Amino acid sequence: MLNVGTGNKAVALAARDARPGVVAAYPITPQTEIVEEIANQVGAGNLDARYIPVESEHSAMAACIGVAATGTRTFTATSSHGLVYMCEMLHWAAGARLPIVMANANRALGPGWNIGSEHSDSLSMRDSGWLQVYASTVQEAYDATIIAFRIAENENVLLPVMINLDGFLLTHITQAFESVDPSGYLPDINTPHAIDINNPGGYGTLTANTEHFKFRHDIMKGMKNSVPIIERAEEEFAKQFGRKYGMTEDYMAEDAEVIIIAMGTLGKEMEVAVDKLREEGIKAGSVRVRWFRPFPDLKEKFEGKDLIVIDRDYSFGFGGILANELRAKTCCDPYSVIAGLGGQDVTYDDIAVFVRDRKPGEEFWFGVSE
Amino acid sequence: MAEIPDDEYILKTTSACAGCSIPLCLRYITKAAGPDTVLVIPACCTSVIQGLYPNTAVNIPIYNVAFASAAAVASGMSEAFRAAGKKTNVICFGGDGGTVDIGIQALSGALERGTDFLYICYDNEAYSNTGMQRSGATPLGAATTTTPTGKKEFKKDLDAIVNAHNPVYMATACSAYPVDLYNKVEKALSIPGPKFMHILAPCPPGWRYPSDKTVALGKLAVQSGMWVLYERENGKMSLTGASKAAAKKRIPVEDYLKAQGRFKTATKENVAELQQMVENNFKRIEKEVEGIC
Repeated sequence: MLNVGTGNKAVALAARDARPGVVAAYPITPQTEIVEEIANQVGAGNLDARYIPVESEHSAMAACIGVAATGTRTFTATSSHGLVYMCEMLHWAAGARLPIVMANANRALGPGWNIGSEHSDSLSMRDSGWLQVYASTVQEAYDATIIAFRIAENENVLLPVMINLDGFLLTHITQAFESVDPSGYLPDINTPHAIDINNPGGYGTLTANTEHFKFRHDIMKGMKNSVPIIERAEEEFAKQFGRKYGMTEDYMAEDAEVIIIAMGTLGKEMEVAVDKLREEGIKAGSVRVRWFRPFPDLKEKFEGKDLIVIDRDYSFGFGGILANELRAKTCCDPYSVIAGLGGQDVTYDDIAVFVRDRKPGEEFWFGVSE
Repeated sequence: MAEIPDDEYILKTTSACAGCSIPLCLRYITKAAGPDTVLVIPACCTSVIQGLYPNTAVNIPIYNVAFASAAAVASGMSEAFRAAGKKTNVICFGGDGGTVDIGIQALSGALERGTDFLYICYDNEAYSNTGMQRSGATPLGAATTTTPTGKKEFKKDLDAIVNAHNPVYMATACSAYPVDLYNKVEKALSIPGPKFMHILAPCPPGWRYPSDKTVALGKLAVQSGMWVLYERENGKMSLTGASKAAAKKRIPVEDYLKAQGRFKTATKENVAELQQMVENNFKRIEKEVEGIC
């Protein structure tokens, strides 16, 4: 069915179409429309689920943990301060191997109060054991939410998945998108360790280091396993619904001499920059990193290329977070551009300038260092 | 007297301290609740008492969760069970720190939303699991490792806070009166909606008394009026068990205090203030029981 709506609406309708049994959520700008739309869908009888209007984000994730522990499909959404407030429970959800799906509207953290887009919120949850995917269009936000349930609930993964969408730049822009009936795509949830009254067990009991080690090792395996499972889930989605996604979205990257790398909506902006640069005779291409956890293998793709990484985030005392990941995984030394923090405008013309003025190995703060 | 089932859901070898009142509470709670029950446990003494993975001393599902989150996890669990058409009891069992301090926001939210669950706070009046630091539930004058000269403030009135949420049922109990405890759990679980119980749970190492005196200490608490057994059903309060007698005639608070090492540093003023608190409390309770306030 063809719809017209915002990124938030697309996520809410995807959550509706995935048929969760219980949703627990707390409103926060710029995610609020998601919880309102889900509440509307439940109220209108379009979604046969219970909606728990919790009193905080910590409790939103706690309630989702309670739901998922019974083997019931669940969903929530948050942003920024809400995400970092639920930090403890994010670790708990992954540690308890619960296939919770959550949308996060990427937004800056205070102080001062800023509701603009920034990836510092989700990237600060990098090591929590959650899979993370970043969308760039309204359609992708819808599709990624549907696909996330299939990946999270796979018995070889059983880890929570976070769908990230840039605050305002994607949550509040309106585009046409197609919704689907995923009943043939999403099998019924089957959580092997769901609470069973007839087979009582202790969950999350006191655990000695020898066993704790094994549990952490299992999470590592689940995350590793997720790579082929993501690929299969996306292939199957393409087969059933005609839209193909991958670990990255590449644009004219194959023969490029210089590659621009970013996540989220900047990843679309840079495609226009590539077109402009190509017109000037600069052999540019772009790679939009979609899955940040698990992180894609980009070594071969980037071999011998000039790289420009745009980070809408920063790790103080180290550098741009996406740039850091690439340095670690590919041994390249990119031109690291820090841009778009707090919702700062970054146009394709700006990105073309980053490429023309690139200084490999250096760090550039757009709008600050001149 | 209630027929208490022979079924046991708490196995005999827990890792509780000698003389701990918590396994006693859990034993009667689970007898009253039966096997179609999930216990949700925040960080507290019971995190340790239930045993070390892969063993468990609890023969019903027990779900351990982060300190501040028990009531919220129970909210999700209860909604999921009800959505699936299951009547499974969801019981939070948390200590005083996890209830009156770090967990009170989640508890307040779950009560306000009308969650169909029973929240039980077992109150040993300190962070006993971390070695007896003060909590909001520590009484005036009690020495803890963070109030070495005695606590300067009164115990937080958790029950008044909970009562302000108008739960369908709320009650107090004490490990020294297991039949009263059993009856209240049974009654609470027969009513749909948010229920709350507050159990005084004496702690030998924390309160500094010999480990064979746990039942005696609980009785002194009730007989002195430092702890009151009551229930409030649809807003109507009634005293139960030994507190009916204590409403008329009480032993001095000092008799309860001097049986414990933690009150050694309590001043004469502290003792008088606690005695006055008990008198005031009973005046208020009498009025409420008579329906005057």
